[in-house]
Amino acid sequence: MSKKSMPIEKGHIMMFARSIGDENPIYSDEEYARDKLGGIIAPPTFIQSAAQFNPDNPLRPKIGEPWFGSGKAPTGIKKSENKSESSASTNMLHAEQHFEYHQSLKPGDVLTPEVIEGEKWEKESKRAGLLKFSESITKYFNQNNELVITARSVGVVTEKVVEN
Amino acid sequence: MININDIKVGDTFEEVIVDNLTRTQIVQYAGVSGDYNPLHTDEIFTTQVAGYPSVFAHGMLTMGMTGKMLTNLVGDDNLKNFGVRFTSQVWPGDTLTTKAVITSIEKNSDNVLVNFELVTENQNNIPVVTGSATALI
Repeated sequence: MSKKSMPIEKGHIMMFARSIGDENPIYSDEEYARDKLGGIIAPPTFIQSAAQFNPDNPLRPKIGEPWFGSGKAPTGIKKSENKSESSASTNMLHAEQHFEYHQSLKPGDVLTPEVIEGEKWEKESKRAGLLKFSESITKYFNQNNELVITARSVGVVTEKVVEN
Repeated sequence: MININDIKVGDTFEEVIVDNLTRTQIVQYAGVSGDYNPLHTDEIFTTQVAGYPSVFAHGMLTMGMTGKMLTNLVGDDNLKNFGVRFTSQVWPGDTLTTKAVITSIEKNSDNVLVNFELVTENQNNIPVVTGSATALI
């Protein structure tokens, strides 16, 4: 992720909580949250939506660029163009996600990510063929340059389509 | 929420985190998280191009719902660590249950550090997420 800051907004937190089916008023009711913790906080996995503020997010359609999902045809990318990108996007799966919480995340915070490339390794699997793992560590700092969350993500590219 | 004066290692807690997962909920998660990978929302692409039987949920949606069970258990703003592995896919129609087992308890003068082992299973008892969490209560 490039160095683009992420404003933490209460409407975004409310919609995130709805999407995970969490009705806890600490994520949406200001009066309740003020009495309980001094204000609204974000759910533990909310930081994942930093992807919204990443200008290079490959999983967001960009105006004027072909998108690999379907329009009239099953994919917006013709077979001749960019085949490698299309297959990488469809085979890349999320293998692991770890969060370390250093302080609470609140509306009004502005986070800046610092990404550290982690290790890469391979493993053979009966279910999915050769698995290529890669790790990335993102440290999110707030407007006061304090570390708020450390996120460690492991992605895997599989040789074959994985079904249960 | 658990009572820290009344817990021991091995105590197990569980909660149904989603009953009959809808495609609409997956769309909600895509919209808010910014992960618009068509594998999660675009049935035509996912079946005809990617070769899966249907769209499936974001791993992070399952982690988010697992996190809801955890915060219900340990209280708001008490998590220190939360990590998972995604072990199987989650499909529309799945019903998921998270189980948390206390693996250690460390009592300090003014708080208690509790470690949990986690598993979220589907309706066929297949683990879809496994992991661990630490809470300071």
